[in-house]
Amino acid sequence: MAAEPTQALAVVPEPGRATPPNTVRPLADRLEGGVAPVPRRIVARHSRQDRVFLEGVRAVGLLVLVIVGSIGLFLGLQAKPTLSHYGWRFFTESRWLPSQDIIGIRAVLVGTVEVAACALVIAFPLAFFTALFITDWAPARLRAALIRAVDLMAAVPSIVFGLWVLFYIQPHAAEIAHWLSKYFGWIPIFKVHTDVDYPIWNQSPGYAAYAGSAFIASIAVAAMVFPMATSVMREVFGEAPAGEKEAALALGATRWAMVRTVVIPFGRSGVIGGTMLALGRALGETISVLLIINQAFQVKVNVLESGTSTISALIATNYAEATPAQLSALLTCGFVLFCMTLLVNTVAAQVVKRSRSGQGTEL
Amino acid sequence: MTLVGAALAALATTWVLYGQVLPFSGTVGFVVAAYVVFMLFYAGLTALTRPWAVVVDRLMTTIVVAAPAIVGLALADMILTTVLKGLEVLVHPNFYTHDMSGVRPTDPYDMGGILHAIVGTLIEVAISVSIALPLGVIAAVYMSEVGGRGARVVRTVVEAMTALPSIVAGLFIYSVLIIRLHMQPSGLAASLALAVMGLPIMARASDVVLRVVPGGLREASYALGAGRWQTVWRVVLPTARPGLATALILGIARMVGETSPLLLTSGATNFMNTNPLHNPMTSLPLYVFTAVKSGEPTFETRGYAAATVLLFLVLILFLLARFVAKQRSPR
Repeated sequence: MAAEPTQALAVVPEPGRATPPNTVRPLADRLEGGVAPVPRRIVARHSRQDRVFLEGVRAVGLLVLVIVGSIGLFLGLQAKPTLSHYGWRFFTESRWLPSQDIIGIRAVLVGTVEVAACALVIAFPLAFFTALFITDWAPARLRAALIRAVDLMAAVPSIVFGLWVLFYIQPHAAEIAHWLSKYFGWIPIFKVHTDVDYPIWNQSPGYAAYAGSAFIASIAVAAMVFPMATSVMREVFGEAPAGEKEAALALGATRWAMVRTVVIPFGRSGVIGGTMLALGRALGETISVLLIINQAFQVKVNVLESGTSTISALIATNYAEATPAQLSALLTCGFVLFCMTLLVNTVAAQVVKRSRSGQGTEL
Repeated sequence: MTLVGAALAALATTWVLYGQVLPFSGTVGFVVAAYVVFMLFYAGLTALTRPWAVVVDRLMTTIVVAAPAIVGLALADMILTTVLKGLEVLVHPNFYTHDMSGVRPTDPYDMGGILHAIVGTLIEVAISVSIALPLGVIAAVYMSEVGGRGARVVRTVVEAMTALPSIVAGLFIYSVLIIRLHMQPSGLAASLALAVMGLPIMARASDVVLRVVPGGLREASYALGAGRWQTVWRVVLPTARPGLATALILGIARMVGETSPLLLTSGATNFMNTNPLHNPMTSLPLYVFTAVKSGEPTFETRGYAAATVLLFLVLILFLLARFVAKQRSPR
């Protein structure tokens, strides 16, 4: 019942402008019904210049909305015929044999998640500790330079990372993979289907079992997403209240104890959010993965073993020979990938937002 | 003192254990083992004289210092190896003044060059920036300065589309322009793919910058009788200029290095092509990719040289961003 009178008295503000304070009455006053205070009407008279400006900007904003929204819409519409043709098999089939009308993304889906997850396993500790180093360990003069270096790293093209990993890191990474598979091969994800005790394992043909694996591709992806994760974490760590930090130190805490009790709890949502933003980027990474992996369409949990594929690599290799139906299937892959990154990014944005105090800065 | 002692002891112990006693080999393993042994020694030596809290603090400090050190070394190694590998090609001046027409992948380095790729990159990025930048900035003005329900919808959609993977943007342009509309793979298609990818990024980055302009400045401007347009043009944009420039230049740097949309839309060529409307137009990242995928050692080296040029291009953009950010607005 109480809702009705409030409804009747609702102040209708101009869109976008705040209602002036004098129209806001105490709640009790409004609920008592009877007298309806007349809200002050606000009329905005824009000059012609302002009207042109507002309409122009609105038009461009809507244009951007149309352009950008049409991509999502297009992908969604293109996905429909494929999904209705293959149904759930599209998600459960792991082979990609367009000539036999067998198309499924299970293998690439698993591969995409594996590469991104491995990349995070590598990038997360590095980003986390680097962010802590920048905010709490580095001397003030070094801090600005480090922040700049991280920003610069964010601008390095992914193909350069791909090259570097392919030719210079792969031998060392294969060494690690060999060691892990030799001593921890009994854990399924570290198993490599080859003779791990083969003495000259790092020469062909044994080496082929370790090269081009999801693990090695994920090193390049980790290098790609590290700067993003670091800068988000660094920002929230930097916002930790100085008073509490000083209080912890004054109570006799060591630097690590201060960081553990004040900085990390304060920045927790930033840590989660930054990691998820990095995950979103890692899922879509194409060119360095394409350069490194040996493409194979099979679901495998052993990340150290050669041969995997990701959605983006699948698109990049198959687009050229695709018939219209296959192109629609590839677009569906793209749509699935987009949905994954969108979900991850949205959750990340929500988490990061919670850590920030206000939207704007007041003077 | 403890630090140096622990480091020395760790090195010695690892050397003995690793090389002589245990059947391991390899540099990676040595470094990792030395690091672990060092941590043990350091903790042990500290524990002799200090309380437990200090031991934990020192151990964590070694980890916290190690992380940026690893990343820094990796970054330095990446830049050095790329430049060094490309150096034997980079010293030939024809590398910057010739294209690859009539040059076989196995030809010596004093033939052919990447001028066509550099020009292609510049043209493609110029077109895509001239589309994405104004649209992005104006959309950001709409989102943060005009407001209202429409602006909230635009903001939501733009934020969602920043998640669009670049390969999907490329696939979109490929299937719409090249398959549906029967356009040739060309520089324009590549530019549009880059623009589609960059537009949400630029709009989002500008929006973030505009939003931190203090509201008090806007109110002061209105209080002095300025209109909406005057406030945006004379107060908000000049205040946000350094931040805006930085965000946009970083966005451009990302577009310069993006490869996957170009792979689908621009087509590769060995010839100089300055017309974005007709015929394929190659670009630096794509050149690097084709060179490396060719498997031909001399061509691969050219790829490294091109990657070095690409790195320098990004570095120049980055320095430009720093330079602009440092400048204060005129008033």
